[in-house]
Amino acid sequence: MQETMETTQAMIDHLAAVNKILEKNNYSEARLIPILQEVQAVYKYLSKDMISYVATSIGVPPSRVYGVATFYAHFSLQPKGRHIIKLCDGTACHVKKSHGILNALYEKLNLSADKRTTDDLLFTIETVSCLGACGLAPVMVVDEDVYGQVTPEQACEVVDKLIAGEKAAK
Amino acid sequence: MSDAKNTLTVNNRVIEIAGERNLLELIRKAGIDIPTFCYHSELSIYGACRLCLVEVQGRGIMASCSTKPEPGMVIHTDTRAIREMRKINVELLLASHNRECPTCQRSANCTLQDLARKLGVKDVRYKQSTKGLPLDTSSPSLVRDPNKCVLCGDCVRVCAEVQTVGALDFAARGSNARVVPAFDNNLADVECVNCGQCAQVCPTGAIVAKSEVDKVWEAIYNPDKVVVVQVAPAVRVALGERFGFKTGENVARQMVTAMKMMGFDYVYDTCFAADMTIFEEATEFIDRLSNNGAMPMFTSCCPAWVKFAETFYPEFLPNVSTTRSPQAIFGVVARKTLPTKLGVKPENLVVVSVMPCTAKKYEAGLSKFTRDGRRDVDFVLTTVELASMIESMGIKLDELEPDTFDMPLGFSTGGGVIFGTTGGVMEAALRFAVEKVSGEPLQQIDFKETRGLAPRKEATLDVAGKTLRIAVVHGLGNARKLLEDIKAGRVQYDFVEVMACPGGCVAGGGQPITDEDNFRSKRAAGLYLTDKERQLQKPQDNFWIDKCYAESFGGRPGSHEAHTRLHTNYTNRNQIFDARSPIMHAKNDGAISICVTLCTRQKDCPGQRLLGRIVEYVKAQGLADQVNIEAAFSSRPEADGTIAVTVSDVIIPRNDSVEATFASVKQALDSALRK
Repeated sequence: MQETMETTQAMIDHLAAVNKILEKNNYSEARLIPILQEVQAVYKYLSKDMISYVATSIGVPPSRVYGVATFYAHFSLQPKGRHIIKLCDGTACHVKKSHGILNALYEKLNLSADKRTTDDLLFTIETVSCLGACGLAPVMVVDEDVYGQVTPEQACEVVDKLIAGEKAAK
Repeated sequence: MSDAKNTLTVNNRVIEIAGERNLLELIRKAGIDIPTFCYHSELSIYGACRLCLVEVQGRGIMASCSTKPEPGMVIHTDTRAIREMRKINVELLLASHNRECPTCQRSANCTLQDLARKLGVKDVRYKQSTKGLPLDTSSPSLVRDPNKCVLCGDCVRVCAEVQTVGALDFAARGSNARVVPAFDNNLADVECVNCGQCAQVCPTGAIVAKSEVDKVWEAIYNPDKVVVVQVAPAVRVALGERFGFKTGENVARQMVTAMKMMGFDYVYDTCFAADMTIFEEATEFIDRLSNNGAMPMFTSCCPAWVKFAETFYPEFLPNVSTTRSPQAIFGVVARKTLPTKLGVKPENLVVVSVMPCTAKKYEAGLSKFTRDGRRDVDFVLTTVELASMIESMGIKLDELEPDTFDMPLGFSTGGGVIFGTTGGVMEAALRFAVEKVSGEPLQQIDFKETRGLAPRKEATLDVAGKTLRIAVVHGLGNARKLLEDIKAGRVQYDFVEVMACPGGCVAGGGQPITDEDNFRSKRAAGLYLTDKERQLQKPQDNFWIDKCYAESFGGRPGSHEAHTRLHTNYTNRNQIFDARSPIMHAKNDGAISICVTLCTRQKDCPGQRLLGRIVEYVKAQGLADQVNIEAAFSSRPEADGTIAVTVSDVIIPRNDSVEATFASVKQALDSALRK
């Protein structure tokens, strides 16, 4: 009895935040995109369960919500890491060899263009088209911190520091 | 004065504007056929295919489907620039389309093919860009071929707008854009009700009915098998269109000859089973009426409607008649009576149906319509599949000597015949029920209030001092509106007929695709004419059915034997998209599944305690190997706080008390285990 209650309560607690978001947006179909944005802000990504839950709650077919979620690059249907590394691959950064940094990070974290999040859910690597800081090219943004004129070695050092920090926290 | 102003010119001809919604309608009214691909008068305007281009002087080239007519416009429909653009657009569509035309089901009846020919496209200058994606063959009714999809969105719109199901939608964008069910799931795993309206509007072969033609030939050519076939009413008024007959002409007699030539041993009529359905359904209705049963009662002939109710409105399932559909009843009667009558071993009897419907394929495959490991109906063909079989034999349908259905399962009244159109089931049921309730012979057998294509048909009848309120809807969007009206208390009825396809079975997902105006009413008129010409029009006058009851089904409708064989139960499919947590997972295949829906908006939902009780009970009884338990989580705003539970396919009546619900769950579980 206790165990069952704990399982279901855990799911209900897990869904509590999305309930708040739905309520705030008045369960309105017209508010679908803001709802998805807020849900993703809380849960880091949009799971199937979450998309279904939002869809049935606001009375829109799940296929439509899935369509919206897959249309915008902003929405992720895959879980993301705790630290998000955004590497600029805009014209200026590209010319300044950003792909060398990307490959170094891929190698270090054992990732690829198809697999962008580490198995321990610590890191996700994303490429973006321009961060608007072309004077600092090549540019990397890790979480909230901006790094300019980065070399592959420096990029790996930043990652090392974060890993060390995670270990220390444990 | 104002009249004179309300005109525009098309290709130098003055045309009057008479309330047309867009230029396309107006130009077509003027007798010029503008090519279109994504435009359907019954759907919202999408403006994607860019084939309906016209030149509006002073404004340039625009899509006529999404331009409003304005007085004084000067329009040209056929300039050099337009001609070029249309051609290029069709070439681009063809470049992203798998052009295996000769082996496509839609070959010779394909909008894309037609347009390419009409516009004189002789060469595709662009590189073929199809990706060799896998086909979705998961559904028993439909096959999706993404390589033939040109993203016109017709299926998306008919499913969402007309049927309000929304099983398909666009996903991703750019070169990855595709039309898929939610989460790129298989069609069989989502809320698709198998109505096939998507296949009807698809202008290419990207969604087609799943063919069972080869399996049927296999059975016919097997010397050990006796193959019997039933043909649904709506088939006979549409089949002829493929062979040059007028739309709506009843070709049943030529069809029987053709089917005998093809090698079917006995050709029977689903209308017989339709008459029998009325015996059961109308008896059930009278019973509900006099014993305060769940009202209104809904008809249950249409498997797409039944799945719709199971998926979106499980609270109305107690209101859906438990009577099986005519196809299913025919299957039962055939399995029960034919082996002795025809001297066939039961395992050698093959039962085939020809239906105007794709959902009937799904219905025939349901495990509840199986007995002793044999399906009641082995194979289901659509009207189009039958037409292709006849064509492949080289038979000219219009030159055949007429023949008649085999007896006794080929005998029917007019009531059984009109089952194929919206309102027909209701009219047939009224012919039966009104006579039974009033106890007097029915003088006026036509109930014209049920006829026609109005979205909702209503009538109030006085029968033996009682008032009967009836309604008929067709198209699932209209059904949804009606259910919402009932829920909100805005309307009250005693008896409601629902057919999933607009127009009823005559316009079902398995019927020939036609661009003829008013094809629905023309086909319906064919059925009403047949009804008029019948000597017997009331289902209760079908004496073969009395005989059938006497010999095989307990002597009368509603008997114990009739109840076990001719009625069914329904499944709550409402939880397919709820967030779920597995609570207990059984190792055995075919375990009974219990699903408790918890309300996430209510503090301490009593469902949690109930779930705990069920888990304890299952463990204590040592049933852990035989029962799957899941929790589903829902926040539906209208959730009323009462507990929703299903045990296998039984929906537990809603009750606020955990104890009372637990007792019902226990009872349902025990009876499921006994099975």
